[in-house]
Amino acid sequence: MSQQNRIEGGQIDRSRSLSFSFDGIRYQGHPGDTLASALLANGVRLMGRGFKYHRPRGPISAGSEEPNAIVELRGGARREPNTRATVAELHDGLEAASQNRWPSLKFDALAINDRLSPFFAAGFYYKTFMWPKAFWEKLYEPMIRRAAGLGSLSMEPDPDAYDKGFLHCDVLIIGAGPAGLAAALTAGRAGARVILADEDFRMGGRLNAETHAIGDQAGADWAAAAVAELAAMPNLRLMHRTTVLGAYDHGIYSALERVADHLAEPPAGKPRQILWRIYSRRAILCAGATERPIAFENNDRPGIMMAGAVRSYVNRWAAAPGKRIAIFTNNDDGLRTEADLRARGIEVAAVIDSRKGEMVTDSSGRLGLTGITVRGADGQSRTIPCEALAVSGGWNPNLQLTCHQRNRPVWNDALQAFVPESLPSGLSVAGAAGGVFSTHGALTTGTGAAVAALADLGVTATPATLPRAEDAPYAIKPLWYVPHTKGRAWVDQQNDVTVKDIKLAKQENFTSVEHLKRYTTLGMATDQGKTSNVTGLAVMAELTGKSIPETGTTIYRPPYTPVPIAAYAGRSAGKDFRPTRLTPSHTWAAEQGAVFVEVGMWLRAQWFPRKGETHWRHSVDREVLTTRAAVGICDVTTLGKVDVQGTDAAEFLNRIYANPFAKLPVGRVRYGLMLREDGIAMDDGTAARLAEDHFVVTTTTANAVGVYRHMEFCRQCLWPDMDVQLISTTEAWAQFSVAGPKARDLLQKIVDQDISNEAFPYMACAGITVCGGLRARLFRISFSGELAYEIAVPTRYGDGLIRRMSALAEDMGGCVYGTEALGVMRIEKGHVAGNELNGTTTALNLGMAGMVSKKKDAIGSTLSEREGLNQPDALNVVGLRPVNPAEALAAGSHLINRDAEANAANDQGYLTSVCHSPHVGSSIALAFLKNGANRKGETLRAVNPLKDTEVLVEVVSPHFVDPEGERLRG
Amino acid sequence: MDNLALLPRCALGGDKPEARLIGGLRISENPGLAMASLAARAGQEGDVLKAARKLTGFALPGPGGMAGAGDWQAFWAGPGQWLLTAPFASHEDIARIVKSAVAGAASVTEQTDGWVRFEIAGARICEMFERLCNVDVRAMKSGQATRCQIEHLGSFLLCQEAGAAFSVLTLRSGARSMFHALETAARSLP
Repeated sequence: MSQQNRIEGGQIDRSRSLSFSFDGIRYQGHPGDTLASALLANGVRLMGRGFKYHRPRGPISAGSEEPNAIVELRGGARREPNTRATVAELHDGLEAASQNRWPSLKFDALAINDRLSPFFAAGFYYKTFMWPKAFWEKLYEPMIRRAAGLGSLSMEPDPDAYDKGFLHCDVLIIGAGPAGLAAALTAGRAGARVILADEDFRMGGRLNAETHAIGDQAGADWAAAAVAELAAMPNLRLMHRTTVLGAYDHGIYSALERVADHLAEPPAGKPRQILWRIYSRRAILCAGATERPIAFENNDRPGIMMAGAVRSYVNRWAAAPGKRIAIFTNNDDGLRTEADLRARGIEVAAVIDSRKGEMVTDSSGRLGLTGITVRGADGQSRTIPCEALAVSGGWNPNLQLTCHQRNRPVWNDALQAFVPESLPSGLSVAGAAGGVFSTHGALTTGTGAAVAALADLGVTATPATLPRAEDAPYAIKPLWYVPHTKGRAWVDQQNDVTVKDIKLAKQENFTSVEHLKRYTTLGMATDQGKTSNVTGLAVMAELTGKSIPETGTTIYRPPYTPVPIAAYAGRSAGKDFRPTRLTPSHTWAAEQGAVFVEVGMWLRAQWFPRKGETHWRHSVDREVLTTRAAVGICDVTTLGKVDVQGTDAAEFLNRIYANPFAKLPVGRVRYGLMLREDGIAMDDGTAARLAEDHFVVTTTTANAVGVYRHMEFCRQCLWPDMDVQLISTTEAWAQFSVAGPKARDLLQKIVDQDISNEAFPYMACAGITVCGGLRARLFRISFSGELAYEIAVPTRYGDGLIRRMSALAEDMGGCVYGTEALGVMRIEKGHVAGNELNGTTTALNLGMAGMVSKKKDAIGSTLSEREGLNQPDALNVVGLRPVNPAEALAAGSHLINRDAEANAANDQGYLTSVCHSPHVGSSIALAFLKNGANRKGETLRAVNPLKDTEVLVEVVSPHFVDPEGERLRG
Repeated sequence: MDNLALLPRCALGGDKPEARLIGGLRISENPGLAMASLAARAGQEGDVLKAARKLTGFALPGPGGMAGAGDWQAFWAGPGQWLLTAPFASHEDIARIVKSAVAGAASVTEQTDGWVRFEIAGARICEMFERLCNVDVRAMKSGQATRCQIEHLGSFLLCQEAGAAFSVLTLRSGARSMFHALETAARSLP
């Protein structure tokens, strides 16, 4: 019983056989087959179950518009649900399985839904599953989802690689049917950079499926010869298996190339799919047209398919959908099927031409078509046994991409279809996509569109000499659905929407096309309604007595066909989701066994566990205490560094910082506060004056890019006449903080110059040399409250410097510390950071009101004086400690007066930074408290409604360490 | 005082630069160039051009351009801004050298270790870069330079030889991620 429906001819390679399985049964096919064509050749028509009613379904199309033959491909981690059997290219060993059935495709227990269909009409869920409300999420929705046919995921990580890329061309031609090939030949021969993309693995479009001749050749042979000529052109890129998905601004198109979907698995390291962004100067849409069904009772049985699909299977794949086939058409194109079938020796059971008043009214066959009921022009019904029915309700141009920028198509009465009218800039349409259905018309318009596109670009092209081709008229008399149908007639087979559902929508006044769509889910499946939208609209138009254009138009969004999320991710998966920035001391820190933390894209050492330390707090407490007792070193390279030079550099800083900078002496550093235009604090940092006309500004790690961008905006847009030059030097210098009472002793061992307190006092800075002449920079600044410096060397020496300094520190009883200890020490010192600079706080809130100079104008100064920001009960930074030192505080807790009810009205402020302070010996916090500057000594409650905890706290100075600042000046 | 010189490391972390040969494409880390930025002070672009020509022997390039002769290479980085490179071994102190040459007409900043530089060469280089950035690499001529994003990282792409050799400069801390991206792109070619 192997390939019993395989007939002579076709564009398959019979010299080789491919073995594949469907639902565990092995079959044979040939290279050139799709899964659908191979199954049909093997006599398998039943390929899936309907979405809602679980009715048996087979393919109705031979292309990407397929709503029915939806299967799972491949096994294991490579299993992919919801793929269309009609475009799945056959390969040896292909495993495919049906979905949405249990226990088997032939016997599906959920087919009971079909018997219960009166309950499942449109709007059923909305009306039925309303009470009790809480049941929807927990019970109803999961139940419905299980019953609905969406396939199943492997639940394993996708083992394959995906890629992205960018292409550029003069002309992008979308679709390689007769129009696309003619356009490509014209543009390619003229020497333009051309991309010709087609979703199929064999270019030629309908030429491969029809028996039309072009000149003296068979259409398929002409197409093959054209493709061979194009393949030899160095200026033309042929992209097989590539679907153009979307049209975007400025001639940009997205396209998915299925590089390895037709292989059992991609070659090692090679991508399965590539998502391309194509930059085109002009594009020509030659996407052809999609045939549409006619709705009649039980028109969804396996074996009922589009007439064009029947011709595709017979002519291209030599796979007969049945031994005896009937034809049902409302146009001349459908009639061609008869001649093609007879030429292949297939029996034509009947030709029912609705234009003559005859119609198919019903069908029979449980798992596949066995016969149809026909009502003749005389009104008499008869049954005709047949295994397949070829239906043609006319053709809809594939104009999806013309709609992606909100252009709307117009109705064409002669074609009974929407055709493109207004188009995205740079896009033209040729062939059937533009409503020109004959082969001759496709060749002519394809050539013409290429000549016109090139003329736009200033290139003169000679139109290709066109061979003789079929130019038959397309005589259609509309028939959307067979009237007087009692049972269900399917319009959208993927979402199981029937004519009855549309009638119900009309009855309930959902007559607008947008309401119709959402009420019935018409056209909302993964096929985007390619075979159903226009029919649904036409049915509604008939029901309401309006014309189709009065009823509405359909419009489409990208993507044209479904795209795996993996393709959108490309290489950005797993740990490569985004790049990682490594500090100069990273290698050394990793050797020490440091625990790293992500800070933006940076990986920073969080703490350095030592032997015997079993909890992170052990390590962090030790690092803090060691630093405060001796010396600690921390990599602070990640802080932003901006080099500011120019004769106006000082004035520039004066304008971007709220505090004055003009008089900062050379060789000194000043802490600076930048405000936003609205007076809210933006960032804090330091500026070191290395020369009259040269500063180095530091920023927080998080705001490094934002502050630099802000500074560039100020330079380029606000004050373009100032003589200021900026460049980032964040990465150029490896910078380390050296803090603690022994910091100077340590540094003096490597710095070539005298750095005694007299020679290099608090807030000094200088270009120095280290280790016998290496250029370096030294800044005496402290964020920990200790005697502290920051030392910088060119980054390539950063590894050497941390090795040298850590060894020296070790000898002096010191250590290297991570970001966690850094955070603890700045909280202990009461130094505000990102938690406090949270985009809502002002200098006043931060306890820095005095820094906003009244003697000069700077960004944000004026608006920081707004009345609302300067109320007596404004928030001030305070320190907090728990009254009971054993209790732990939680960041985000809100402060409530002792006897007040804990609610928003009584809110007194909130905790921003919390840590365990080994110096204090308890949990401590920085917090914003209303009028906090005047409330020291008060006791409040820190309430955390999320954790349902309350801690009694005392308001203290935020400076837990050395409030007078003697250490850092010492 | 400690006079033991500190040992330098390459951006990829090794003592020596790393290189890969993948399908005829050679990707190599190039730590051998020192680099400084040169930004003309207000109204002094003419003087900068003159001084730079004296220093390097060639005219600084215009937008999107790159020029070079002898030890020096320069590419345009913005209005009145260039990046200058010269061999690290002989020009480690490049900022001082350039600064003294332009004598106050320009702001000069050492950029040597702000960047990692990769040299990529091979016949399929355009195919490789089509997977990495949106630059029309096939249309790039020798001596063209542009900014672009590669692997989410802001980069410079320099065309040393059309269709055959490019340099990529990106932030030094992102060296490993960039190297990985370049290797992956080279490997993923059919």
